[in-house]
Amino acid sequence: MADVGADLALETVVRAESGRLVGLLHRSLGDLDVAEEAVADAVAEALTAWRRDGIPDRPAAWLHTAARRNALDRLRRDARLRARLPSLGEWAAGSRAVQAEPVDGVVPGDDERLALLFGCCHPALAPASRLVLTLRAVLGLTTAEIARATFEPEATVAQRISRAKRKIGAAAIPLRVPSVGELPERLDVVLTVVATAYNEAYLATGGPDPTRRDLAEDATWLAGVIATALPDEPEALGLLVLLRLHQARAAARFDGGRLVLLADQDRSLWRHGEVAAAIELLERAAAMRRPGRYQLQAAIAACHCEAKTWDETDWLQILTLYDLLLRHDPSPVVRLNRAVATARVEGPDVALAEVDALARPLRRFHLLHATRAQLLRDLGRLDEARAADRLALAATGNVAEQALLTDRLR
Amino acid sequence: MKYVIMFTSEPAQLADVPAERLEAIYGEVYTWFDKYGPSFADGGAELQPVTTATTVKAGRDGGEPVVVDGPFSEAKEVVGGFSILDVEDLDAAIAIARTWPYLVLPGISVEVRPIVDHSGDM
Repeated sequence: MADVGADLALETVVRAESGRLVGLLHRSLGDLDVAEEAVADAVAEALTAWRRDGIPDRPAAWLHTAARRNALDRLRRDARLRARLPSLGEWAAGSRAVQAEPVDGVVPGDDERLALLFGCCHPALAPASRLVLTLRAVLGLTTAEIARATFEPEATVAQRISRAKRKIGAAAIPLRVPSVGELPERLDVVLTVVATAYNEAYLATGGPDPTRRDLAEDATWLAGVIATALPDEPEALGLLVLLRLHQARAAARFDGGRLVLLADQDRSLWRHGEVAAAIELLERAAAMRRPGRYQLQAAIAACHCEAKTWDETDWLQILTLYDLLLRHDPSPVVRLNRAVATARVEGPDVALAEVDALARPLRRFHLLHATRAQLLRDLGRLDEARAADRLALAATGNVAEQALLTDRLR
Repeated sequence: MKYVIMFTSEPAQLADVPAERLEAIYGEVYTWFDKYGPSFADGGAELQPVTTATTVKAGRDGGEPVVVDGPFSEAKEVVGGFSILDVEDLDAAIAIARTWPYLVLPGISVEVRPIVDHSGDM
């Protein structure tokens, strides 16, 4: 059990500190590679030492000291980087001071963490690289953890990370929060990466590995960091509210390891206090009168959270919100989600026509087939519904979804 | 930090652009070079591998130009010329590249690539 305690403590410290620390070391050294690897090594050391000796009084300071020492060791070993050592005198002295008298909470770094996040999500990096680099450098996930979360081979993840870091160095991609003029476009990329991280976690939930880090919580925490740092950006608030509303319903998503659809969830398990707090935040965002896709998605989630039952849901309002959302994000997936509301307002036959129109762009997306199956069942076309469920089963790689569909096909 | 900026176009996409429009933009190019004169360096240089490239493309329907990863191998692009910038970092280079007067036309892009720095090889 001591192991579990050390692992949990490490997870908490890693989430809070590793991005801050990588950002700080990068600013001192000008080398993301060294900074990021020094922190990753410190995390590995911490896990061994804390399991053996117990959790230190100031785990964050412990991690800071270990990472700084590792970075210096790396620079001393690496002839290519040795030239930078003389300029590090002041910084190394600071490092010793921290070692002698570690103090939590006085380490500067929120700015570095946010700057690192914007650097990892720079539009000059490939979209797939932005996500893995953020998970690695800002949240401190291991390559293996990232591979599990993104369903990609470890070698691919490792290659993406190293290529992205190489480009940051070679092309001089700055790690900084963009100026006001550039902020909206750049922030959108950052929010997309955080939302993607959450979605990967959300899909993987209920997977075969119960000990995996809760990436959904990590992503929600990161959304909180962004919203706190940029309080005048309503979309940052919108994403935070969206993820918090999902998290508030998380306890009802599984029943004895089985996935429970929104329509069938026990709503007494939802954390209604957190829902109310999140909706208050959403109202603050709405008052800024700059609607966007995350605020609208959050508003739709809020409608579901406020409904006493699936049948009492305000479907007309949800349909209206989807129409607004389509202006910001006219994607087939949004149209598919809208069709669920269409079925409640205008009937399953109208909804089925909308879903059928999406069959080509979404033919590999299991939720297209699962949604079609539900509409066909509502219309009493049971054989076609089973065929659609079989297509859905073939299209999903998620264990919990496979179990739910297999049950339904019995 | 030095970057080569390569100005490219897709001739097929430019075929329908009226000659007067092209001429008008050509006039703006002179102003552009004057404006950013202090950021230009002379001479050619060895380039970093193509994997380090970033491309700024004309936006859709006259929208803002967009920044993306890498060159597009499927595109039939032609390099029309290049310049060398000496600026602080990639964001500074992108800021200049995205004002390239021809970016209002379809199929125009500006590739920004860092130059290998051999000054530390001694």
